[in-house]
Formats: sequence, structure tokens, C-alpha cells
Amino acid sequence: MGMTLVEKILSRATGQAAVKAGDVVEPRVDLAMSHENAALVINQFQEIYQGTGLDARVWNPDKIALIFDHRVPAEGAKTATNQKKVREFATMQGINKFHDIRGDEGGICHQILPENGYVLPGQVVVGTDSHTTSHGALGAFAFGIGATEMASVWALGRVLNVEVPGTIKVEVHGDFQPYVLPKDLILYLIGQISAQGANFKVIEFHGPTIRRISTSGRLTICNMAVEAGATAGIVPADTESIRYLHEEAGVKGAIEALHPDVDANYDRVIEVDASVLAPQVACPHTVDNVKPIQEVVGKDINQIVIGSCTNGRLDDIQIAAQILEGKKVARNVRMLVFPASARIYRQALKEGYLMTLMEAGAVVMNSGCGPCLGVHQGALADGDVALATTNRNFKGRMGNPSAEVYLCSPAVAAASALTGKITDPRKGA
Amino acid sequence: MSKVVLKLADDVSTDIIYPGRFMATVLPTETPQYAFADLVDFNTRVKKKEFQPQSVIVAGRNFGCGSSREQAASCLKGPEFIVIARDFARIFLQNSINLGLNTIICPDIEASEGDELKITATQVVNLRTENSFKIVPLPQARQAIIDAGGLIPYTRQRLMQTKR
Ligand code: SF4
Repeated sequence: MGMTLVEKILSRATGQAAVKAGDVVEPRVDLAMSHENAALVINQFQEIYQGTGLDARVWNPDKIALIFDHRVPAEGAKTATNQKKVREFATMQGINKFHDIRGDEGGICHQILPENGYVLPGQVVVGTDSHTTSHGALGAFAFGIGATEMASVWALGRVLNVEVPGTIKVEVHGDFQPYVLPKDLILYLIGQISAQGANFKVIEFHGPTIRRISTSGRLTICNMAVEAGATAGIVPADTESIRYLHEEAGVKGAIEALHPDVDANYDRVIEVDASVLAPQVACPHTVDNVKPIQEVVGKDINQIVIGSCTNGRLDDIQIAAQILEGKKVARNVRMLVFPASARIYRQALKEGYLMTLMEAGAVVMNSGCGPCLGVHQGALADGDVALATTNRNFKGRMGNPSAEVYLCSPAVAAASALTGKITDPRKGA
Repeated sequence: MSKVVLKLADDVSTDIIYPGRFMATVLPTETPQYAFADLVDFNTRVKKKEFQPQSVIVAGRNFGCGSSREQAASCLKGPEFIVIARDFARIFLQNSINLGLNTIICPDIEASEGDELKITATQVVNLRTENSFKIVPLPQARQAIIDAGGLIPYTRQRLMQTKR
């Protein structure tokens, strides 16, 4: 029996000829990413070394990435002090993949990793953030872990006691209708299989539609695989992945693409016809409460949010600018835009997209998590309704348990900004 | 004997267990004050330390879905809650095991607030209804971490072995 892509990656990372779902392995880690929560990882890391007489040095500073994004610039003294602690640790340990609060190289961790070429196909990537699944877009096995687990990785360079996950294969064919985007595909899939439908499993994406989706769109899809409970999402690397890594991420030299075996053993195969999909909307308060847009059109909105690690890339901002060009955001709605990285911010500036959005009435915020987790900027009022291109609509997610969050694509968000109501971008946008 | 002090539905997310706005607080000694911060009555009772150690939170499926924030486990570990759920989300379960929060997978559990439970290695008995429910044992690999007293001592052991 052949191996799934993740089985293959894990067999390499453990030096075993073959591994299969259910085996317990201790894979070598190629990249270990944390954001501000590295402050907690540092505490746990130092505790591991207590009483050992050993010097608390990370196993390999070149394989650790530290990125400030959740609360940037710091919203208060506590966060600022946590960030200072992480900054000093990065210097002390010689960690160079460190992205501080900067307009040249800062941004959201899940955008910084791919755009700097830190993730390659076939790697094992762990991050102290659940949306680390994003990096499966480049054919890596990437999954979220907690702070203590990360401290253990920093010490040993391996993740201990990983159970090799089973894999669900999703096969997508058919062309999207205009204004239907990769976000709609992943929302639809989560709605079909539920928020727990892929618990402890990997979702491997295949099919001609996936092959035609850019790396940006694949990042959106893998980012949200975790909302179906998946340990990871993964797209086997292809010519598009290699193009992205060479042309956009600055990777030099040959890149090897791993593939699953044709006779791999999948737990389940799901087929999706993308051509019949309408834009999708996830309704409060669970991500799997997904409806085709026609069932929710007309719902009044108070705040539109475009950005995040899910949909804050250049193509997302471009489609929003295209829809809002020469028009105005409705007076009863606030529109917030936050590009996923400083690089994207500058590109969007250069292309004129940000000018278009601001002239329409949108507020453009700095790159970072901002309103996505509602601790810092863009909190909602009691009874407010938000429509966001982010990835979670849990109660309280945008800073207020008495507010509602709907999730959608950037096209739906932009079309709805014009009317102040949930609006189908295929009509009149 | 352990008393059920909170009963929850399916898909309780880490935003409910430990809201994102308190994430700048990281120390396990400080996180319990924000446990279930938006369930105001319950949170007030946690803060007043009204619950006996080993009090039980009973949840449905997919408990702890959402973010990887470890505070969601540490805020329940501090007051020594036991969490019994029909099943758990992966990262939350792993964090709980790593920190030594007692998590029990019990796919058929039926209990209400106020019920007294008797918990053994293999089953949970509801003393009010007299029903008993099977516990799904944790995978062997996870048990090794629990036996070592959590992931920190477990990693420390491994580190000493490799450096020797
Ligand atoms: S943008 Fe939102 S989902 Fe993405 S890393 Fe930041 S907080 Fe998490």
C-alpha cells in the first residue's frame, strides 16, 4: 500500500522507510514558528532546563521564526513588555527569521513565512497558532501546537509523540463562476463536513480546479482546513508552487516536489464540482453554519472587514478595489482593510488599490491581526453585525460576545460594503 | 466523588474558554481569573474559588476547538477542574495533556449540573441517574507524557538522555 503525502513527509522526517496512519513518530522539524505567544514559550523553554545544568540554547536558531502580528503596534504595556522579552530572546539566541513591527518586512506570520521562502514542499512545519495549516499550500505538513509543545521543539528539534494522521482526499473539478473564489470553496467544504468533520485528519487537496488556483488561493484554503478540525490541509506541490517560491519568495535553486502515491490509502474521498458553487457565507456563531449567499442577502451589516491571514493578500485587495472603484461605502457601514503583510501593503499602494479603497471610504489599517481577533482594533458594539473575510466567527471573536460575525470572500465583502447589506457580487457589483 | 459544576454543548471554542482579549496574560498562575470570562456567573465563582478541586466540567463534542492558545488549558488546570467531553479538538487535548489538565474522553456522557459522578480508570458513573459511561483511553504515547508529569519533565528527561 502506498503512502499519502503526509505519510511520505513523516517517513522522511523520521528516517523510516514507511509510516502509516496511526503510527506514533517523532519527526524532525524544519521550521518552528511563533508570534507574540513566544513570550510563553520562552517561560516553558527555560523551565525545561531548570536543574539540568545545561545551557538553555535552542536546538537550531535558523529553524525558528518569530513574528509579531497579533497586537501590533502594541495596544498596551503588557503586550509591549512581552514583545520586548521575545525581541531580546531572538537576539540572544541568534534567531534571524525574526520579523519585528516594521513597514518593510513585518506582517502576519502566515503570510511572512511563505513570502520569504521559509517553507518548502515536503517540510515539517509547526507553529504556535492554529492556522499554521496555511503552509500546507506549499506542500508542507504544517500544523498548530501549543506553547509547551513548542518549548519542547526548541529544545529537541523534534515533535514528540505525533500520531500519524489519516487523510481525507478532496478532489475538486469545474471552473468557478465569476466572483466565486477559493474562500467560497473552503467555506462550502466546511459546511458539508462540519467543524469536526476532519478532526485529527489531514485534508489533501487534488483536482484540476486546485491546480488552477494560485498559491494565494491555496493559502486561503489550507488556512481554513483547521475550521473543519483538520490537523493540516495540504496541496501537493506543482509548477505553480515552484513558480511562487522562485519568483515571489526569492528561493534559489532546485525545489523538490513530493507527491502522494497513486495507491495511497485515504479514509474518505470527497468530490466537489466548483462550477455549481454560489458565493458562500458562514453565519454566526460557528464556521460550519454555511449558507449559499441567496439565503442571507439583505442582512444589515455594521462593519465590513477585509484582511487577515485568510484573505489579506494582493489579489483579495485587488478584487475589493475593483468592485469599489469610483463608488462609495454605504454610510451606515464602517469598512476596515488590513493587508496581510507590509510587502502586500506596499504592492497595493503602488497598484493604487489602497487609494481606490480609501476614496470609497474604507479605513486602511497596518498589517497585523488587528480586527480578526478583536483584542486590539476594530472591536464591535453590542448588537453589531460584522461581515469579514477572516476565518472565525465564534461568539466573542471580534471582541464582543453580544455581536455577530459572518464570514465571506473579499468579493462578497466589497459588494456588501456598497449597500450596507449582505450582497451577491454576481449581481450589480 | 466529583460534582458537575458546568454543563456545555458541542463545539465550545477556545474563545469561550479563554477570550482572545485576555491573551496578553500568559502565566498559568494568572489565567484562571479569565476562565469562561463571558459566562459571567461561572467566572465569578471561579474567581471566588468557590469550586472544590476535581469539580467537573461536562462538554459535548469538539471541546476546545479553535485557537492553539494554551491559556485555555492552563486556566482550567489552575483550579484543578476535570473536563469530561464526548470528544476534544486536537490542539486543546494535546495542550491539556502537556500541562497535566485532567481530560477524559467519554463519548456517551450524560450529566447535568449538580450531578455527582464517580470516575474510575475505565468509566464514569452518574450517581443520580445510576448510568455508567465508558471512557476512551488515551493513546499510549500520550499516556507516557502524563506519567512523566507533563511535557516539561518529559522533555527534560529526553534532553538529559541525548546530552549524556
Ligand atoms: S489574522 Fe486572525 S486568524 Fe490569522 S493569525 Fe492573525 S489572529 Fe490568527
